[in-house]
Amino acid sequence: MNLPLSQFAPDTTQDGIIKLAALAVGGQGGGVLTGWIEAVARSQGYAVQATSVAGVAQRTGATIYYIEMAPQGPVPTVFSLAPSAGDVDIMIAAEMMEAGRAILRGFVTPDRTTLIASTHRALAVSEKTVPGDGIANADEVRAAAEVAARSLILADFDQVAIRAGSVISASLFGALAGSGALPFPRAAFEDAIRAGGKGVEPSLRAFAAGFEAAQQGVQPARTADAPPMAAAAPQGPARLLTAWQALETRVTALPGPVQPMTQAGLRKVVGFQDPAYGAEYLDRLDRVLALDGPANDWALSIAGAKHIANAMAYDDIFRVADAKTRPERLARIRAEMGATGVMQLTEFTHPRGEEIVSLLPAGLGRWIQARPRLYAWIDRRVNKGRRLRTDRVLPFVQLHVLASLQGWRRRSLRHADEMVHLTAWLDAALAEAPRDYALAVEMLKVRRLIKGYSDTHARGLGKFDRVMQAARRLSGREDAADWVRRLVTSALQDEQGTALDGTLRTIDSFIDSAG
Amino acid sequence: MAERSFKAEVEHLRLGDGGTFTGEGILAITKALLENGVGYVGGYQGAPISHLMDVLADAEDLMAELGVRFEANASEAAAGAMLAASVHYPIRGAVTFKGPVGVNVASDALANLSSSGVTGGALIIVGEDYGEGSSIMQERSHAFAMKSQFWLLDPRPNLPSIVKAVGDGFELSEASNTPVMLMVRIRACHVTGQFATRDNVPPPLTVRDALANPQRNVDRIVLPPMSYAQEHDKINNRWPAAVRFIREHALNEVFGPAEAPVGIVCQGGMYNGVIRALQRLGLADLHGQTSVPIYCLNVTYPILPDEFAAFCRGKDSVLIVEEGQPEFIEQHLSTHVLRDGMAVRLHGKDIFPMAGEYTGKVMHDAIESFLRAEAPGLLPAQVLAPNEPAPEIPDLSRTVPVRPPGFCTGCPERPIFAAMKLVQQELGEHQISADIGCHLFASLPPFNIGGATMGYGLGPASNAAFDGGGKKRPISVIGDGGFWHNGLSSSFGNMMFNKSDGVAVIVDNYYSAATGGQDILSSRAQNPTKSTNNPISRALKGIGISWVRQVDRTYDVAHMRDVLREALTTEAPGPRVIVASSECMLNKQRREKPLRAKAIKEGRRVEAPRFGVDETVCTGDHACIRLSGCPSLSLKRLDDPLRDDPVASIDQSCVACGNCGEVAEAAVLCPSFYEARVVHNPSGWEARLDGWRQRIIGALSRRRMARRLSFGDPA
Repeated sequence: MNLPLSQFAPDTTQDGIIKLAALAVGGQGGGVLTGWIEAVARSQGYAVQATSVAGVAQRTGATIYYIEMAPQGPVPTVFSLAPSAGDVDIMIAAEMMEAGRAILRGFVTPDRTTLIASTHRALAVSEKTVPGDGIANADEVRAAAEVAARSLILADFDQVAIRAGSVISASLFGALAGSGALPFPRAAFEDAIRAGGKGVEPSLRAFAAGFEAAQQGVQPARTADAPPMAAAAPQGPARLLTAWQALETRVTALPGPVQPMTQAGLRKVVGFQDPAYGAEYLDRLDRVLALDGPANDWALSIAGAKHIANAMAYDDIFRVADAKTRPERLARIRAEMGATGVMQLTEFTHPRGEEIVSLLPAGLGRWIQARPRLYAWIDRRVNKGRRLRTDRVLPFVQLHVLASLQGWRRRSLRHADEMVHLTAWLDAALAEAPRDYALAVEMLKVRRLIKGYSDTHARGLGKFDRVMQAARRLSGREDAADWVRRLVTSALQDEQGTALDGTLRTIDSFIDSAG
Repeated sequence: MAERSFKAEVEHLRLGDGGTFTGEGILAITKALLENGVGYVGGYQGAPISHLMDVLADAEDLMAELGVRFEANASEAAAGAMLAASVHYPIRGAVTFKGPVGVNVASDALANLSSSGVTGGALIIVGEDYGEGSSIMQERSHAFAMKSQFWLLDPRPNLPSIVKAVGDGFELSEASNTPVMLMVRIRACHVTGQFATRDNVPPPLTVRDALANPQRNVDRIVLPPMSYAQEHDKINNRWPAAVRFIREHALNEVFGPAEAPVGIVCQGGMYNGVIRALQRLGLADLHGQTSVPIYCLNVTYPILPDEFAAFCRGKDSVLIVEEGQPEFIEQHLSTHVLRDGMAVRLHGKDIFPMAGEYTGKVMHDAIESFLRAEAPGLLPAQVLAPNEPAPEIPDLSRTVPVRPPGFCTGCPERPIFAAMKLVQQELGEHQISADIGCHLFASLPPFNIGGATMGYGLGPASNAAFDGGGKKRPISVIGDGGFWHNGLSSSFGNMMFNKSDGVAVIVDNYYSAATGGQDILSSRAQNPTKSTNNPISRALKGIGISWVRQVDRTYDVAHMRDVLREALTTEAPGPRVIVASSECMLNKQRREKPLRAKAIKEGRRVEAPRFGVDETVCTGDHACIRLSGCPSLSLKRLDDPLRDDPVASIDQSCVACGNCGEVAEAAVLCPSFYEARVVHNPSGWEARLDGWRQRIIGALSRRRMARRLSFGDPA
């Protein structure tokens, strides 16, 4: 057995140990960052120990790295292998929700922790699969960080790194140096990068940018409610521009709060078809405005301006063909891909017979629809995946011709169906307005449920119908608007409509018991 | 070739007397093996000891120079069996795998080995995958040591201690003719630090030399009557020899004052956590000088009752710090306290939680409550004083999403499960079992496929009850790693022999991918020291399975779906096996990226594809994501007041596997996806042709724009 050490009074305990944890998403280079931190500490005469938990977490999961360091002395220091809640000096979070996770796990405390976090998001699967908007609220993390951290550095270190042509581990290393939380000079950090030997120049650039960003402490969040697109003047032939002017004049005559949304809606609708279609849009909106007033901040008209535009600019083949053959689209893709010379472009499409028939004149289309065997025959001819190389002339021309045919659209079966659907919806909602203003607003917003193509579109329509039906049943109740809003929210929670079913059952139960 | 190369680090393994090694725990173990004259090494990869296998593979040249044989064993069972070389020959051998799952697989060999007893030192290095970051069921390897009577080392988690344990382990093994297991926890495997090196030592007797002089000793064969004698030998001779060795060489350590009212008994692996808790309670300094005595068990099996009794003498009570359950050590020590009528009070799992990792917080809270109850006088005033109230930190538990592991960007397994989801939309839900490996991530969102994992290579076997068939066919999924580990015999042999009506999908990604991309029999790479390029389909044919479909590009979702549908509906008798082959994207990128960059630099023609989404066409219903889950396929909020929901967006990490486009096409989702293929260094003719094309396309689209109103890029 070892000789026991003599009894002693412990010295100033563990104050000499610096504890640093890093939370990253697999693949963010947390291992590289850890290596650099170790190297800089060792070069400055510190004893240092790093650990990580590898394994499956490396595959896109959340991964934690942990480093402890203390001035090197004759007697080795006993380091811990894992961070402990309430006992972390520096917390680096390579993503905003990982910062949230660090706070949640108690690794960020007001008495000691410097929190360095990147505000960018790498969305978790659960946030992305929701049919509506399932993105977690970063503002809540930001607010918690401001309470929990002793000192706080927040910036989009991912962008900082990308702009420098490097990866986030380098910009975070720069932020760590810039935070002053470690007692080492900047040059020592840079030497650690040089000693690493890989991608030294881009890493040093990202390091410098991260260092810089850290000087500014907390950078404000990008305002979510950016003003509607800066309205660039439209371009086109003089005849159409004159017609556009007339429409704009009509918009400026509208109540101020309604104007921005109407501007956006009008642009969408006119871009979808033509100025005459835009005039129809404003006519429909006039019906809404006639029922509205400043007492409710024009909520009905604003919802109308938004959703009537979306309903009128439905997704058909003409629109897709148009979107895919615009010159500015090609320019944008080239810029995004960094293409300066040759770039091949392949579109993945899968038209079905239904879409083709819906382009035909309404009468002919219905005639075919009434003949299932013919309809099926057409579908067999059409229904398959088609890849179009739109950097080549012929495939491009196919789409170009379709896009040019949009003057035809208003005679198509699809348009006829869409207009019937639109009218029914708008009539139903506006009929409620005099009696229950709030319910009318929510009924307009149900339009949000219609989106996607083919099966997804059909499912959306189904949900739309069920919610509208429920809205009519709820009509007359004081809480009708509130329930319709809840129905929309639950319809957007999952694909199959399970949550919607639940909400509908609840509504059934109280309507039945009341009835 | 594995995911991570250790070629650079391997050079550190050549350090000799007086050198200082800096690096990871795993590498330190490798170095220690070489310093201790090991004659042969082997093992099977798996976190947290995958890197140990990778280091060994990368160090093959060095080992060959020393005369050390390295074997990348087919399974942990094979690795355990390899230690048979130390039964009759005085050669030191070491194998490594993860615990407890690897130990489960190896237990047949280990039990026989333990009964036989060894002549040369036999070391089993186990990376105990327990606690945070673990990917397996939460159990302890400790039980295996007890049932088979081999010895278990659990050294303090720092490099010098771990390195010392390797040498101690070999000597203990030889002194007691018993195999020794060296257990290292996840974090200790990856812990970095330094230690003083010694010269590498070639094995006194190499395995090649041994072949020239075969030896056998009937007493070591596990057959009656020798097996009865071996049990008695374990208890009457080997155990006492081990206890003697452990005591004489002071393998266990005692820290702190000789006199104190209380003490702590801990596993070696828990030592640093105990010290940290004492540091935070003001009872230890940063060098580990403690005012609470600690009896640190670097050997957790066998226990030395007299050492324990000596430690307890004069103490009122003792706390046992033993992670995991059941609390074998505590039960063992309790027996001695009772038998010997000791006066000391024993605490352990009455204060610590029975289940789960001893995190910093658990350790701190448990030791504090032990001291408050048993020796409040030791605690400094500031600990005893009530804490000042901490500011209220907003609760983020409902904000922060969970982030389970999933398929990597461009993973070739994603389209297999997208296809399976599509087939199930047609034919209804099926009974699906899974194996061990990356494919198991399909059981999580967004795929939600598969409900069982019974062990490595056991995916199809775990569907055996359903082999008789019924209204629908059972489906099982297994990786190529699992196939060669144990699947060929236990799963496919089982299916064939029992005329299974089931369908099995073998995910062949060219590597043992989940464990870090090690080569296996069917890997496509040329490996100078291993036999690769042995097709799985040939092995299947060899055991008589005739319905085999080879899919060579899993990204073709429509084809994958059709093959699955065929397997589920064909009249042909089962079993039906689909071999779905495409290279692991992680490894492929690692291999190809540098080559591509080099080619572009040298002016050769290179196509660089990436996918994109047309924001104006995407309606934000996210159906594509529900069939994909690709990390590079994410969402983006638009600055458009007309649109409420974020649209799909593909970031720069896209490797253009094409899955999203294929899925959109196969599932008839939407026309939003496009592939942009930037051509670097095109030929003159290609560039000219493209110039002409772009001029025509540009003219056409400008002409159309001139006839209508346009508002700029709507996106």
